[in-house]
Amino acid sequence: MATTTKEVSIGDLGARSSAHETELQGETMALNVGPSHPTTHGVLRLKMQLDGDVVKSCDPVLGYLHRGDEKIAENMTYNQFVPYTDRLDYLAPLANNVAYAMAVEKLAKLEVPERCEAIRVLCCELARVSSHLLGVGVYGMDAGAWTVFMYTFTEREKLYTLFEELTGARFTTSYTRIGGVARDIPDGWLGRVLEFCKGVLPVLDQVDKLLTRNRIFMDRTVGIGAISKEDAIAYGLTGPNLRACGIDLDLRKDKPYLGYEKFDFEVPVGTTGDCYDRYLMRAEEIRQSVSIIRQCIDQFPEGSYYAEDAKKIFAPQKAKVLTSMEELIQNFMIVTEGPQIPAGEVYFEAENPKGALGFFIVSKGGGVPYRLKIRGPSFCNLSILDKLIPGHYLTDITVILGSLDFVMGECDR
Amino acid sequence: MELLDAFLPYLLPIVYAVAMISVFMGLCSYSVLAERKVCSWIQGRVGPNRTRVPLLGHIPILGNLLTGLGIFQPAADGLKFLFKEEIVPGHVNKFYYMLAPVLALAPALTTMVVLPFGRYVDADGITQPLVLANVDLGMLIILGISSLGVYGIVLAGWASNSKYPFLGGIRASAQMISYELAMGLALLPVFMWAATPGSDYGMSLFGAVQSQQTLWLFIWQPLSALIFLVALFAETNRLPFDMAESETDLVGGFHTEYGCFKFGLFFVAEYAHVIMGSALFVLLFLGGWNFLPGLADPWGESLIGTLLSIAWFTTKVFFMIFFFIWMRWTLPRFRYDQVMSLGWKILLPLAVGNLVFNTIIIALYDTFTR
Repeated sequence: MATTTKEVSIGDLGARSSAHETELQGETMALNVGPSHPTTHGVLRLKMQLDGDVVKSCDPVLGYLHRGDEKIAENMTYNQFVPYTDRLDYLAPLANNVAYAMAVEKLAKLEVPERCEAIRVLCCELARVSSHLLGVGVYGMDAGAWTVFMYTFTEREKLYTLFEELTGARFTTSYTRIGGVARDIPDGWLGRVLEFCKGVLPVLDQVDKLLTRNRIFMDRTVGIGAISKEDAIAYGLTGPNLRACGIDLDLRKDKPYLGYEKFDFEVPVGTTGDCYDRYLMRAEEIRQSVSIIRQCIDQFPEGSYYAEDAKKIFAPQKAKVLTSMEELIQNFMIVTEGPQIPAGEVYFEAENPKGALGFFIVSKGGGVPYRLKIRGPSFCNLSILDKLIPGHYLTDITVILGSLDFVMGECDR
Repeated sequence: MELLDAFLPYLLPIVYAVAMISVFMGLCSYSVLAERKVCSWIQGRVGPNRTRVPLLGHIPILGNLLTGLGIFQPAADGLKFLFKEEIVPGHVNKFYYMLAPVLALAPALTTMVVLPFGRYVDADGITQPLVLANVDLGMLIILGISSLGVYGIVLAGWASNSKYPFLGGIRASAQMISYELAMGLALLPVFMWAATPGSDYGMSLFGAVQSQQTLWLFIWQPLSALIFLVALFAETNRLPFDMAESETDLVGGFHTEYGCFKFGLFFVAEYAHVIMGSALFVLLFLGGWNFLPGLADPWGESLIGTLLSIAWFTTKVFFMIFFFIWMRWTLPRFRYDQVMSLGWKILLPLAVGNLVFNTIIIALYDTFTR
């Protein structure tokens, strides 16, 4: 990101700030925002030059949350890396789990049963609802409307209770395994998911009433932080941020995985690519996700929740391990050596709440990846910051950052 | 005894003033509680409900009720501010840094002097206001002194010698100066209607209240009321106009570098301004202690009547404080330049237009009724 700073800061003095340049003279003020600052939602740091209240240049500094996840992956078996994917986009850990497991399965050319796919669809969509609820709520809070945040966060807590029932953890779910999921869904869980879906829509309507046609909110967001189609493509934006610019790209539709082609849902697409559009995208995507969840539960398949024929990948049931010699050996091999994945290279990306989360895996065979590279959507979405922010007022930055809805855990990895 | 008689005229005002400040400060701290409680009710939370004091908090049913309502919370909040470590950052200008919170609170407490809060009927049968100093320029004094309140904020921003407070201070000063114009102009028509030429109460708040015995000015002058209300929000630095704090981009705004009791003073000052603003709005537009529009002075001449007038006035003030809180937890925040353009491009022309319109109406009224 820093490499293009010079080129960009010359091009960006246009638009709004050009008018000021002739009028205002004197020094600019250097302002450092972050890494710990209410608007940065984590540990993003922005080095800015201010001319009065207008930002002249912005240099994002990343890496405060760098943990070396990609290197860590080389030193552990495929299944052991699942908990690390929780910590990427920690607002939608289930979706990360699924994306990672699918990448490895693609490399192993492993098909999971229908029921497992359905469970994973539910996981992805619930994670999307959870992430977008927070995205919309925090966005409202950034604009000054705290109550919206509390409303959406309350719903999220209910969702976390569902996650806890399903996975045993509210936050760091670590739910998928290569070739399946950790355990089958609990009794009556689907009913409770439907109940949640019923409850979340009225809250969305409430948020709608508080924000969507709110004069102050529209003044704050319409036309602010507008990204053109060309820029969005050039900077590699994905997810709602890309679709807000008017580009209809949703991997669930364009490269269906997990049987998404079976569901009837719409991909909201914006027109102007400004902060207001990005808010609308997220609000609508929650509704679409709820619709997908309902369809999925309507025809929830029976069967196994893991690939039963993948003897070298998915560990056998505990009950069998204790009684049967073959299963005992199988379990021992998978636990000690990891799932046996054939040699090769694979790239898989899934439509996560924040955008396309991709895993590039190089395997030389065996239970440990030779190299694992993560394409974090937040990182790419943030790369447009030094182009986007100059020319805006200091107060706009909170709204722009809020509307990009990034997570530093995934950005810095 | 003689000595006491001699000093009584001097002593009584001091006693009154101390009493009023105590009540007012109590109101301030309970406004903080009200803010926390109303905010949590709006957001579907519970709010402070665990602070329990010995003895009073352990009375069987009442104690639990009071605790649940958080009645003891303000005491805990205040004590916390007092007992925290006094941290003065090394980079500040110490004198002005210490002075700023005092300057922020003092004007709000000073304006209280001319604020009538009830009425009584004296021995001669004349209705008199309950007020520390019944001056006929009451409104001017309030406008004058409350505009000094901005110095506290600007000074805090400047003396902190830090960038976020600095930006907050600059925004606050520009905003307050802009909105004072609209506020003053919105008030002129009110007093033009309230005070007939040559009357004793030119700019007196008591006069304004007395003129609303049959019709509240809120109904009579809706535009003035609206402009005044918006300006009031801006003057008190409350959301949606809290540019000086704007915690999402300026961290804490002008009080970023303040902690412990100095921050507490800023905090109390904000609520003092809210209460003063609410009281002003009630006096000017909501009929003060007059019962309801069209019902002229139902409070009798007795002491009970006086108490009822105070109670009714306080009720209205509480409603206004609630309104302030309600707005804060409903609306998003303006951007700084939008605040300025709202003040200069919309409110100020509206206020001037309103003034001209009312002047013409009054002139016509006088010509035809004389």
